[in-house]
Amino acid sequence: MSDPTARELLRITDLHAFYGESHVVHGIDLMVREGELVTLLGRNGAGRTSILKSIMGLVGRRTGSILVDGRETVGLPTHRIARLGLGYCPEERGIFSSLSVEENLLLPPVVREGGMSLAEIYGMFPNLLERRQSMGTCLSGGEQQMLAMARILRTGANLLLLDEITEGLAPVIVQTLGHLIGQLKGRGFTIILVEQNFHFAATLADRHYVIDHGRIAEMITRDELAGSMERLNGYLGV
Amino acid sequence: MEITFQTVMSQIMLGLNNGVFYATLSLGLAVIFGLLNIVNFAHGALYMLGAFVALMGYNDLGPLLGMPEFHLNYWAALIVVPLVVGLLGIVIEKTMLNRLYRFDHLYGLLLTFGIALIIQGIFTNYFNVSGTPYDGKPAILEGAVNLGFMVFPSYRLWAIAISLAVCFGTWFMIERTKLGAYLRAGTEKPELVQAFGINVPLMITLTYGYGVALAAFAGVVAAPIYSVSPVMGSEMIITVFAVVVIGGMGSIMGSIVTGLALGVIEGLAKVVYPPASSTVVFLMMVVVLLVKPAGLFGKEA
Repeated sequence: MSDPTARELLRITDLHAFYGESHVVHGIDLMVREGELVTLLGRNGAGRTSILKSIMGLVGRRTGSILVDGRETVGLPTHRIARLGLGYCPEERGIFSSLSVEENLLLPPVVREGGMSLAEIYGMFPNLLERRQSMGTCLSGGEQQMLAMARILRTGANLLLLDEITEGLAPVIVQTLGHLIGQLKGRGFTIILVEQNFHFAATLADRHYVIDHGRIAEMITRDELAGSMERLNGYLGV
Repeated sequence: MEITFQTVMSQIMLGLNNGVFYATLSLGLAVIFGLLNIVNFAHGALYMLGAFVALMGYNDLGPLLGMPEFHLNYWAALIVVPLVVGLLGIVIEKTMLNRLYRFDHLYGLLLTFGIALIIQGIFTNYFNVSGTPYDGKPAILEGAVNLGFMVFPSYRLWAIAISLAVCFGTWFMIERTKLGAYLRAGTEKPELVQAFGINVPLMITLTYGYGVALAAFAGVVAAPIYSVSPVMGSEMIITVFAVVVIGGMGSIMGSIVTGLALGVIEGLAKVVYPPASSTVVFLMMVVVLLVKPAGLFGKEA
């Protein structure tokens, strides 16, 4: 369990987000403390990815407030937000096909001190070391996912936004990823995990935000989870 | 013309000489298209502008400053002119092009075509369409060199060498450096690159500036060879677009190699059947498009 007195790394207040005319996030409030692992659960299209993209400034327009470590970011361009220590791993993984594995890994610039070294990263992801000269998109789905996560660990980002990292992967790889996420939490990373696979998320997270129609329907802590299963299943449509 | 070893070799050298201009210009187009998704129709006009800025720097800058003896010499022009014209490119990107990225390719094409017509119109108004000679050719590059199989003008040899150096330098920068990795990544997924903390809008502006500077550089190198005329760009750009289509839109090495090859093929056509020399490029284009629609070095969509 994380420390309830740790400082707030992210505080979102009354956030609305729009793509052109379509209103995708409808006034959410959300808070994440340093060192916490929080999930955004919900069905496809509930607005979870849009919330992550709003934090990064990758939607058309945002209103409300998003404080990253106390700094307002709603008026900032995406690259300035990233420099505050955010690491983003998109749903489609975003591996660059014109870059080798190692070039992909070295691409994101260092945004803060204290990132992991290349040697540490290869220690954590031995597959990537073997394939470091291959082109990025020659990797398997699981390896691409590892690469997408590994490359944001080098930059010193301390708040990781991970979007659907288990999607479409074999159970054994999902298990490896779960183990890795646990390791990252142990190293003190703060993580927001958008997840469809509830069982994957349940064992890892401190708290869960249930997203429905672009709003936060409910917040469930790890302790309350057992008692909330029925309602949760209703939201997730299982 | 009788086909002898000598005529073939001399046409290869002259073809190579034209080819380096095709290569430098299509390289600039490829770099711009890759990151900005804009077909820069102003490229020919900016090449012409490069030649004119060099010409005016040599003839008019001194009198304008009240120092009739002052000439902006060729070596200085090679550096200064691309910077000046590149800066103009940055202004064009910052004030006009950057509003068009959200829209269809067609709008960027129309805007840059309009810019080309304006630049060309202004110079046609003040300068002779048949051309003004550039007198700033350095003394050291006067004369000719005996290559063994032919005697070749020193300046043309220099033009080939310096253009090749700039082309391969650009290739190296894009394919082998960190800066180039940002550029290649930005070409694929600009949003994600920006989400990693890289100032992509600035990178786009500088890329357009660099592409434009390449065109101006080619203009300076061309000034002592061809006479400097307001229509020199529009004559050149048609062939250059054919080069881009044959090489494959957006491919760096593709545009260099195709530019050189087509210059040489054009030169050889002059030996075999002179009337075909101006159409051979377009014949090649038709054949390539039939066999490989994405171009020789392009990726299939």
